[in-house]
Amino acid sequence: MAKIDAQGVYYRELNEQVKELVAAGEKEIILDNVNGQRYIGDGLAKEVKIEINGTPGNDLAAFTDGVELVVNGNGQDGIANTMNAGKLVIHGNAGDILGYSMRGGKVYIKGDVGYRVGIHMKGYQQQQPTIIVGGTAGDFFGEYMAGGRLILLGLKSGPAEAVIGNHVGVGMHGGEIYIRGTVEDYQVGLEVQVSEATAGELEELREYLADYCQEFDLDLEEVMAAKFSKLAPVSSRPYGNMYAY
Amino acid sequence: MVNRQEKVLSGCAISGILNRKGKKFSGREIIDSIALMHDRSNGMGGGFAAYGIYPERKDEYAIHLFYDDLEAKNKVEKFLNCHFDISVGEVVPTREISSIEDSPLIWRYFSKPEEQKLSASGLEEDEYVAQCVMNINSDYQGAFVVSSGKNMGVFKGVGYPEEIGEFYKLEEYEAYLWTAHGRFPTNTPGWWGGAHPFTLLDWSIVHNGEISSYGANKRYLEMFGYKCSMMTDTEAITYLFDLMLRKHDLPLEVAVKAVAAPLWSEIERMEVEEQQLVKSIRQVYSSALLNGPFSIILGHQNGFIALNDRIKLRPLVVAEDEERIYVASEESAIREICADPDKVWSPRGGEAVIGLLEGRSEIE
Repeated sequence: MAKIDAQGVYYRELNEQVKELVAAGEKEIILDNVNGQRYIGDGLAKEVKIEINGTPGNDLAAFTDGVELVVNGNGQDGIANTMNAGKLVIHGNAGDILGYSMRGGKVYIKGDVGYRVGIHMKGYQQQQPTIIVGGTAGDFFGEYMAGGRLILLGLKSGPAEAVIGNHVGVGMHGGEIYIRGTVEDYQVGLEVQVSEATAGELEELREYLADYCQEFDLDLEEVMAAKFSKLAPVSSRPYGNMYAY
Repeated sequence: MVNRQEKVLSGCAISGILNRKGKKFSGREIIDSIALMHDRSNGMGGGFAAYGIYPERKDEYAIHLFYDDLEAKNKVEKFLNCHFDISVGEVVPTREISSIEDSPLIWRYFSKPEEQKLSASGLEEDEYVAQCVMNINSDYQGAFVVSSGKNMGVFKGVGYPEEIGEFYKLEEYEAYLWTAHGRFPTNTPGWWGGAHPFTLLDWSIVHNGEISSYGANKRYLEMFGYKCSMMTDTEAITYLFDLMLRKHDLPLEVAVKAVAAPLWSEIERMEVEEQQLVKSIRQVYSSALLNGPFSIILGHQNGFIALNDRIKLRPLVVAEDEERIYVASEESAIREICADPDKVWSPRGGEAVIGLLEGRSEIE
């Protein structure tokens, strides 16, 4: 196990140090006093666990491919951009455009997330990314979603409307969104159909949530003891007609 | 003006700190906060607004000016002497910073409107000063009013914000409200006058984003005598708030709903009374709507408003501790100066965060 004190260290230097450790075969790295350093874990494709204490800067875990990242704190914007594999666990909140074009791996957020989470997530056969959020989400959740799963739990919230913003799944044409509780019609995009999750879907959800609950020490039964709404695209080609002539 | 540069590709950074009890603190903290976001700017502009820095002259307008040369200075001073009673005119103190080059002549004048001119004009004092500022900016080549409020000042230039802060010795000033900006100009030149904050009277704006509706806003403002002469969209925001809050005396909530108007689909779902109000605002102030991505901090002697565009295309994080409220483009920029705030959150698009000094109920 290696430790780096990131206090006042410029992001380039910090990420160089991490890369050198990974190249030398280090399997576990702890970064202390992180505050605002960008690009942590970006493009790393090795089996390594990186634990971050503090507030990592933008574009955390972009293009990451197989790394396990744990953040003890809040994340900022642009996390897990085009992440391909691995696992990212944030014991706090995350900002806007989390999981942009994400194409594999798992992202677990304990708290709230910002706007445009899961924008243009995609999936192919077995390669299906998963984002699970324990708190609330802003507008444009799953915008242009093309594959994978987005699960929003709203565990600490009051009324259903407050769990998620508007324009959910606008332009969605693949993948699935599960929201614990109900969503109003006006909150979702025209390209989305809302239904109550079936028994079979709930079983599948239980599988995804088991790991999440273990990670954050939550009671799986309690989390499951609610209705879940499923949002699925009406069409895999919602704009096909716009270009047909 | 000196050092107008070619367009470069680029994000921006904003930060603000208010002590709600009005306790003052040095510029060191706001420099540290904006410096953490160094990579959001590119050295093409940085600046600060500071409120409460001139307590010994708090009833006079502190007019900060940039001059290209002595000729511009002589001409403007002639104008100032004619329209104001100036108690002090002095060079704004700076220190040499190797990366800060081609700075203009930087002066400030503590002044009151010249009484006869003022009464002959038939204008309110603030309006008189605002018109003088507009005149200098549009009619005096090589001169630029940086700020014109009371007990406040703006310190800005071409460079990274932390360098600009050092340049102006901001650690020697004490304010209860500081805002800061690191610039990454996208559409307009990087020049000394074009750095943020943009001001008029007590208003100051720092802005991350761009105003796609600038043309419409500018034409609307011109009808009320505002002249947009800074070659940037941001100044229009300053004037819109000045128009709505000072001239039209609108409640703050109304002004916010004008610049970041709820979408029509949202208005349809409102209760009838609110619906009518918001519809009226959208109709009467349709040209005040700011379209495009933005996060802004509007500073004023009573506090600040932080606001995102309606669909939140730019970042904004807020935090609070016992005495202070913080806003910044990134949470880390707040934690750099307040490691463990009581509360941290991100406001929704179009939701104004209002920080007021204790005992003040409105911004203006």
